[in-house]
Amino acid sequence: MKTELAKKYLRLEKLPTLWCSGCGHGLILSSLLRALYLLNIEKDKVAMVSGIGCSGRTPGYVDVHTLHTTHGRAIPFATGIKLMKPEFYVLAVMGDGDCAAIGGNHFIHAARRNIDITAIVYNNGIYGMTGGQVSPTTPYGAYASTAPYGQLEEPFDIVELALGAGATFVARSSIDEIPKLDRLIADGIKHKGFSVIDVITICPITFGRRNKLGEDPMMNLRWVQDITVPMKKAKDMSKEELKGKWITGIFRDEDKPNLIDLYLELNKKLKHSMVDESSKEGVEDVRRQDET
Amino acid sequence: MKNKFIIKINEKWCKGCNLCIEFCPKNVLELKDAKAKVVSPEDCIGCYICEYRCPDFAIEVNKVEEEVPVGSEKTNKR
Repeated sequence: MKTELAKKYLRLEKLPTLWCSGCGHGLILSSLLRALYLLNIEKDKVAMVSGIGCSGRTPGYVDVHTLHTTHGRAIPFATGIKLMKPEFYVLAVMGDGDCAAIGGNHFIHAARRNIDITAIVYNNGIYGMTGGQVSPTTPYGAYASTAPYGQLEEPFDIVELALGAGATFVARSSIDEIPKLDRLIADGIKHKGFSVIDVITICPITFGRRNKLGEDPMMNLRWVQDITVPMKKAKDMSKEELKGKWITGIFRDEDKPNLIDLYLELNKKLKHSMVDESSKEGVEDVRRQDET
Repeated sequence: MKNKFIIKINEKWCKGCNLCIEFCPKNVLELKDAKAKVVSPEDCIGCYICEYRCPDFAIEVNKVEEEVPVGSEKTNKR
Protein backbone atom coordinates (compact mmCIF):
# COMPACT_ATOMS: atom_id res chain seq x y z
CA MET A 1 0.00 0.00 0.00
CA LYS A 2 2.67 2.51 1.01
CA THR A 3 5.03 1.51 -1.82
CA GLU A 4 2.09 1.92 -4.17
CA LEU A 5 1.77 5.56 -3.06
CA ALA A 6 5.50 6.23 -3.48
CA LYS A 7 5.48 4.62 -6.93
CA LYS A 8 3.21 7.36 -8.23
CA TYR A 9 6.12 9.80 -7.95
CA LEU A 10 8.88 7.50 -9.25
CA ARG A 11 10.44 7.11 -12.68
CA LEU A 12 9.99 3.35 -12.63
CA GLU A 13 12.22 2.71 -15.65
CA LYS A 14 15.21 4.13 -13.70
CA LEU A 15 14.94 1.72 -10.79
CA PRO A 16 16.54 -0.21 -9.06
CA THR A 17 18.50 2.60 -7.43
CA LEU A 18 22.30 2.53 -7.69
CA TRP A 19 22.74 2.91 -3.93
CA CYS A 20 24.47 0.07 -2.09
CA SER A 21 22.55 -2.71 -0.38
CA GLY A 22 21.16 -1.38 2.92
CA CYS A 23 21.87 2.28 2.17
CA GLY A 24 19.66 4.64 4.15
CA HIS A 25 19.15 7.06 1.28
CA GLY A 26 16.35 4.93 -0.17
CA LEU A 27 14.47 5.18 3.13
CA ILE A 28 14.67 8.98 3.12
CA LEU A 29 13.51 9.05 -0.51
CA SER A 30 10.49 6.85 0.23
CA SER A 31 9.67 9.02 3.23
CA LEU A 32 9.90 12.15 1.09
CA LEU A 33 7.56 10.70 -1.53
CA ARG A 34 5.02 9.73 1.10
CA ALA A 35 5.24 13.28 2.47
CA LEU A 36 4.39 14.64 -0.98
CA TYR A 37 1.45 12.23 -1.12
CA LEU A 38 0.31 13.28 2.38
CA LEU A 39 0.23 16.93 1.29
CA ASN A 40 -1.52 15.97 -1.96
CA ILE A 41 0.92 17.99 -4.08
CA GLU A 42 0.79 17.56 -7.86
CA LYS A 43 3.96 16.38 -9.61
CA ASP A 44 4.32 19.48 -11.76
CA LYS A 45 4.30 21.77 -8.72
CA VAL A 46 7.48 20.32 -7.22
CA ALA A 47 11.08 21.07 -8.16
CA MET A 48 13.83 18.92 -6.69
CA VAL A 49 17.44 20.10 -6.83
CA SER A 50 20.52 18.17 -5.75
CA GLY A 51 24.27 18.59 -5.62
CA ILE A 52 26.94 15.92 -6.01
CA GLY A 53 27.35 12.71 -4.09
CA CYS A 54 25.22 9.66 -3.37
CA SER A 55 22.37 11.97 -2.33
CA GLY A 56 22.73 13.80 -5.64
CA ARG A 57 21.31 10.75 -7.39
CA THR A 58 17.91 11.22 -5.73
CA PRO A 59 16.26 13.49 -8.33
CA GLY A 60 17.05 10.95 -11.06
CA TYR A 61 14.41 8.62 -9.68
CA VAL A 62 11.65 11.11 -8.98
CA ASP A 63 9.14 12.13 -11.62
CA VAL A 64 8.96 15.85 -10.76
CA HIS A 65 10.91 18.84 -12.11
CA THR A 66 14.46 17.82 -11.28
CA LEU A 67 17.92 19.31 -11.49
CA HIS A 68 21.30 17.75 -10.75
CA THR A 69 23.79 20.55 -10.20
CA THR A 70 27.42 21.13 -9.24
CA HIS A 71 28.91 20.26 -5.86
CA GLY A 72 27.39 22.23 -2.98
CA ARG A 73 25.31 24.44 -5.25
CA ALA A 74 21.88 22.89 -4.78
CA ILE A 75 20.63 25.90 -2.79
CA PRO A 76 21.73 28.64 -5.26
CA PHE A 77 20.01 26.79 -8.13
CA ALA A 78 16.93 26.22 -5.95
CA THR A 79 16.87 29.96 -5.13
CA GLY A 80 16.80 30.74 -8.84
CA ILE A 81 13.92 28.35 -9.45
CA LYS A 82 11.96 29.73 -6.51
CA LEU A 83 12.35 33.33 -7.71
CA MET A 84 11.18 32.44 -11.22
CA LYS A 85 8.40 30.10 -10.13
CA PRO A 86 7.20 31.22 -6.69
CA GLU A 87 4.26 28.80 -6.81
CA PHE A 88 6.60 25.79 -6.87
CA TYR A 89 7.52 23.69 -3.85
CA VAL A 90 11.31 23.67 -4.11
CA LEU A 91 13.25 20.90 -2.39
CA ALA A 92 17.04 20.99 -2.07
CA VAL A 93 18.36 17.50 -1.42
CA MET A 94 21.91 17.49 -0.09
CA GLY A 95 24.45 15.26 1.55
CA ASP A 96 26.33 16.34 4.67
CA GLY A 97 29.45 17.34 2.73
CA ASP A 98 27.35 19.05 0.13
CA CYS A 99 25.48 21.06 2.76
CA ALA A 100 28.05 21.83 5.45
CA ALA A 101 31.42 21.77 3.65
CA ILE A 102 31.33 22.64 -0.03
CA GLY A 103 28.00 24.48 0.10
CA GLY A 104 28.29 25.70 3.68
CA ASN A 105 28.29 29.36 2.73
CA HIS A 106 25.23 29.04 0.52
CA PHE A 107 23.47 27.13 3.26
CA ILE A 108 23.90 29.76 5.99
CA HIS A 109 23.01 32.64 3.69
CA ALA A 110 19.86 30.91 2.46
CA ALA A 111 18.90 30.51 6.13
CA ARG A 112 19.62 34.20 6.80
CA ARG A 113 17.54 35.33 3.81
CA ASN A 114 14.70 32.99 4.76
CA ILE A 115 13.97 31.79 1.23
CA ASP A 116 11.02 29.44 0.96
CA ILE A 117 13.08 26.30 0.21
CA THR A 118 13.03 22.95 2.00
CA ALA A 119 16.56 21.64 2.56
CA ILE A 120 16.78 17.93 3.33
CA VAL A 121 20.22 16.85 4.54
CA TYR A 122 21.22 13.19 4.16
CA ASN A 123 23.63 13.10 7.07
CA ASN A 124 25.71 9.91 7.07
CA GLY A 125 28.90 11.46 8.42
CA ILE A 126 31.16 10.41 5.56
CA TYR A 127 31.92 11.04 1.89
CA GLY A 128 30.54 7.71 0.73
CA MET A 129 30.86 8.01 -3.03
CA THR A 130 34.52 9.00 -3.17
CA GLY A 131 35.90 6.37 -0.80
CA GLY A 132 35.09 7.30 2.78
CA GLN A 133 36.93 10.52 3.54
CA VAL A 134 36.01 12.48 6.68
CA SER A 135 33.14 14.93 6.29
CA PRO A 136 32.25 17.89 8.55
CA THR A 137 29.76 15.71 10.44
CA THR A 138 31.98 12.66 11.04
CA PRO A 139 31.59 11.92 14.77
CA TYR A 140 34.58 12.44 17.09
CA GLY A 141 36.76 9.35 17.18
CA ALA A 142 35.20 7.67 14.13
CA TYR A 143 37.48 6.06 11.55
CA ALA A 144 37.60 7.09 7.90
CA SER A 145 40.02 6.63 5.02
CA THR A 146 41.57 10.04 5.78
CA ALA A 147 41.39 9.48 9.56
CA PRO A 148 42.98 6.04 10.07
CA TYR A 149 43.59 6.75 13.79
CA GLY A 150 40.17 8.27 14.42
CA GLN A 151 38.73 11.70 13.76
CA LEU A 152 40.24 14.36 16.03
CA GLU A 153 37.91 17.21 15.15
CA GLU A 154 34.50 17.92 16.59
CA PRO A 155 31.63 17.52 14.09
CA PHE A 156 29.40 20.27 12.78
CA ASP A 157 25.94 20.37 14.32
CA ILE A 158 23.79 21.21 11.30
CA VAL A 159 20.78 22.03 13.47
CA GLU A 160 22.73 24.53 15.59
CA LEU A 161 24.23 26.01 12.44
CA ALA A 162 20.80 26.52 10.89
CA LEU A 163 19.38 27.94 14.13
CA GLY A 164 22.25 30.40 14.42
CA ALA A 165 21.92 31.46 10.80
CA GLY A 166 18.20 32.17 11.27
CA ALA A 167 16.31 29.34 9.55
CA THR A 168 12.63 29.37 10.53
CA PHE A 169 11.94 25.63 10.53
CA VAL A 170 14.66 23.37 11.90
CA ALA A 171 14.24 19.70 12.70
CA ARG A 172 16.30 16.56 13.04
CA SER A 173 15.28 12.97 12.63
CA SER A 174 16.84 9.65 11.72
CA ILE A 175 15.98 6.85 9.33
CA ASP A 176 14.97 4.77 12.33
CA GLU A 177 11.91 6.97 12.93
CA ILE A 178 10.32 6.21 9.60
CA PRO A 179 6.61 7.06 9.87
CA LYS A 180 7.52 10.12 11.99
CA LEU A 181 9.96 11.31 9.35
CA ASP A 182 7.14 11.47 6.76
CA ARG A 183 5.23 14.00 8.86
CA LEU A 184 8.38 15.97 9.68
CA ILE A 185 9.24 16.37 6.00
CA ALA A 186 5.62 17.25 5.23
CA ASP A 187 5.75 19.97 7.91
CA GLY A 188 8.97 21.30 6.39
CA ILE A 189 7.49 21.45 2.88
CA LYS A 190 4.34 23.14 4.16
CA HIS A 191 6.32 25.74 6.12
CA LYS A 192 6.70 29.16 4.46
CA GLY A 193 10.35 30.06 4.83
CA PHE A 194 13.67 28.25 4.92
CA SER A 195 13.20 24.82 6.44
CA VAL A 196 16.01 22.44 7.30
CA ILE A 197 15.52 18.75 8.03
CA ASP A 198 18.68 16.97 9.12
CA VAL A 199 18.23 13.22 8.70
CA ILE A 200 20.79 10.94 10.34
CA THR A 201 21.34 8.02 8.00
CA ILE A 202 23.69 5.06 7.54
CA CYS A 203 26.44 4.16 5.12
CA PRO A 204 27.21 0.50 5.81
CA ILE A 205 29.82 0.09 3.08
CA THR A 206 32.19 3.00 3.70
CA PHE A 207 31.33 4.04 7.28
CA GLY A 208 30.13 0.83 8.93
CA ARG A 209 32.95 -1.34 7.66
CA ARG A 210 35.60 1.00 9.05
CA ASN A 211 33.86 1.50 12.41
CA LYS A 212 33.34 -2.08 13.57
CA LEU A 213 29.68 -2.04 12.56
CA GLY A 214 30.18 -4.26 9.53
CA GLU A 215 28.31 -4.20 6.25
CA ASP A 216 25.12 -5.40 7.92
CA PRO A 217 22.64 -2.51 7.77
CA MET A 218 20.92 -3.72 10.93
CA MET A 219 24.11 -3.19 13.00
CA ASN A 220 24.43 0.29 11.52
CA LEU A 221 20.81 1.04 12.29
CA ARG A 222 21.30 -0.02 15.92
CA TRP A 223 24.22 2.43 16.07
CA VAL A 224 21.88 5.18 14.83
CA GLN A 225 19.39 4.19 17.55
CA ASP A 226 22.21 4.53 20.10
CA ILE A 227 23.40 7.97 19.04
CA THR A 228 19.99 9.61 18.60
CA VAL A 229 17.97 10.81 21.57
CA PRO A 230 14.40 12.15 21.32
CA MET A 231 13.99 15.70 22.60
CA LYS A 232 11.68 14.68 25.48
CA LYS A 233 14.18 12.17 26.80
CA ALA A 234 17.12 14.56 26.35
CA LYS A 235 15.58 17.07 28.78
CA ASP A 236 16.29 14.76 31.70
CA MET A 237 19.84 13.94 30.62
CA SER A 238 23.02 15.68 31.73
CA LYS A 239 25.49 17.32 29.34
CA GLU A 240 27.99 14.52 29.79
CA GLU A 241 25.40 11.92 28.89
CA LEU A 242 24.46 13.87 25.77
CA LYS A 243 28.03 14.11 24.50
CA GLY A 244 28.29 12.54 21.05
CA LYS A 245 24.51 12.14 20.75
CA TRP A 246 22.16 13.80 18.29
CA ILE A 247 18.88 15.12 19.69
CA THR A 248 15.89 14.55 17.38
CA GLY A 249 12.73 16.57 17.10
CA ILE A 250 11.54 20.00 15.97
CA PHE A 251 13.87 22.74 17.24
CA ARG A 252 12.19 25.78 15.73
CA ASP A 253 8.95 26.44 13.90
CA GLU A 254 8.10 30.12 13.61
CA ASP A 255 6.53 32.44 11.06
CA LYS A 256 8.63 35.26 9.67
CA PRO A 257 8.26 37.17 6.40
CA ASN A 258 10.15 35.22 3.75
CA LEU A 259 12.21 36.72 0.94
CA ILE A 260 9.96 35.54 -1.90
CA ASP A 261 6.80 37.12 -0.44
CA LEU A 262 8.63 40.38 0.31
CA TYR A 263 10.12 40.45 -3.18
CA LEU A 264 6.78 39.82 -4.88
CA GLU A 265 5.12 42.48 -2.75
CA LEU A 266 7.77 45.02 -3.71
CA ASN A 267 7.45 44.00 -7.35
CA LYS A 268 3.70 44.55 -7.25
CA LYS A 269 4.08 47.92 -5.55
CA LEU A 270 6.62 49.17 -8.08
CA LYS A 271 4.60 47.89 -11.04
CA HIS A 272 1.54 49.63 -9.68
CA SER A 273 3.42 52.91 -9.41
CA MET A 274 4.71 52.45 -12.98
CA VAL A 275 1.16 52.06 -14.34
CA ASP A 276 0.00 55.44 -13.10
CA GLU A 277 3.27 57.23 -13.75
CA SER A 278 1.36 59.91 -15.69
CA SER A 279 0.16 61.22 -12.36
CA LYS A 280 3.10 62.41 -10.26
CA GLU A 281 1.54 61.06 -7.06
CA GLY A 282 2.61 57.53 -7.85
CA VAL A 283 6.26 58.51 -8.23
CA GLU A 284 6.13 60.53 -5.06
CA ASP A 285 4.68 57.56 -3.21
CA VAL A 286 7.71 55.47 -4.12
CA ARG A 287 10.05 58.29 -3.06
CA ARG A 288 8.32 58.61 0.24
CA GLN A 289 8.68 54.86 0.85
CA ASP A 290 12.34 55.01 -0.07
CA GLU A 291 12.92 57.74 2.46
CA THR A 292 11.21 55.79 5.21
CA MET B 1 -12.34 -13.56 10.81
CA LYS B 2 -8.61 -13.36 10.28
CA ASN B 3 -7.38 -10.90 7.66
CA LYS B 4 -5.22 -12.19 4.86
CA PHE B 5 -2.32 -10.36 3.30
CA ILE B 6 -0.40 -10.91 0.09
CA ILE B 7 3.29 -9.88 0.12
CA LYS B 8 4.71 -9.14 -3.29
CA ILE B 9 8.51 -8.89 -3.61
CA ASN B 10 10.04 -7.34 -6.68
CA GLU B 11 13.20 -9.45 -7.07
CA LYS B 12 14.68 -7.17 -9.69
CA TRP B 13 14.80 -4.31 -7.19
CA CYS B 14 15.62 -6.29 -4.03
CA LYS B 15 19.30 -6.03 -3.02
CA GLY B 16 19.12 -8.48 -0.13
CA CYS B 17 19.95 -5.97 2.61
CA ASN B 18 18.17 -8.10 5.26
CA LEU B 19 16.29 -5.16 6.86
CA CYS B 20 12.77 -6.53 6.21
CA ILE B 21 13.76 -9.93 7.61
CA GLU B 22 15.24 -8.42 10.79
CA PHE B 23 12.18 -6.27 11.44
CA CYS B 24 9.41 -8.79 10.66
CA PRO B 25 7.81 -9.74 14.01
CA LYS B 26 6.43 -13.03 12.67
CA ASN B 27 9.39 -14.29 10.61
CA VAL B 28 7.38 -14.33 7.40
CA LEU B 29 10.38 -13.50 5.25
CA GLU B 30 13.71 -15.24 4.71
CA LEU B 31 16.86 -14.53 2.72
CA LYS B 32 17.50 -16.98 -0.16
CA ASP B 33 20.14 -16.44 -2.86
CA ALA B 34 20.66 -12.85 -1.60
CA LYS B 35 16.98 -11.99 -2.16
CA ALA B 36 14.12 -11.72 0.32
CA LYS B 37 11.55 -14.47 -0.12
CA VAL B 38 8.15 -15.03 1.46
CA VAL B 39 8.28 -18.24 3.50
CA SER B 40 5.09 -18.30 5.55
CA PRO B 41 2.54 -15.83 4.13
CA GLU B 42 -0.24 -17.18 6.38
CA ASP B 43 1.56 -15.80 9.47
CA CYS B 44 1.51 -12.20 8.21
CA ILE B 45 -0.39 -9.84 10.52
CA GLY B 46 -0.28 -6.85 8.17
CA CYS B 47 1.91 -4.50 10.21
CA TYR B 48 3.49 -3.14 6.98
CA ILE B 49 6.87 -2.78 8.72
CA CYS B 50 8.70 -4.58 5.90
CA GLU B 51 7.15 -2.22 3.38
CA TYR B 52 8.08 0.87 5.41
CA ARG B 53 11.63 -0.35 6.03
CA CYS B 54 12.51 -1.42 2.49
CA PRO B 55 14.95 1.15 1.04
CA ASP B 56 14.47 -0.13 -2.51
CA PHE B 57 10.67 -0.02 -2.98
CA ALA B 58 10.76 -3.81 -3.50
CA ILE B 59 7.99 -4.92 -1.11
CA GLU B 60 4.27 -4.41 -1.45
CA VAL B 61 1.80 -5.74 1.10
CA ASN B 62 -1.84 -5.89 0.08
CA LYS B 63 -4.85 -6.82 2.13
CA VAL B 64 -7.08 -9.46 0.59
CA GLU B 65 -10.73 -8.61 0.88
CA GLU B 66 -12.58 -11.88 0.93
CA GLU B 67 -16.26 -12.16 0.20
CA VAL B 68 -18.22 -12.45 3.42
CA PRO B 69 -20.55 -15.49 3.30
CA VAL B 70 -24.26 -14.67 3.44
CA GLY B 71 -25.63 -14.88 6.99
CA SER B 72 -22.36 -14.19 8.78
CA GLU B 73 -22.56 -10.43 8.22
CA LYS B 74 -24.45 -9.83 11.45
CA THR B 75 -21.91 -11.63 13.58
CA ASN B 76 -19.09 -9.47 12.20
CA LYS B 77 -20.78 -6.26 13.27
CA ARG B 78 -20.21 -5.15 16.80
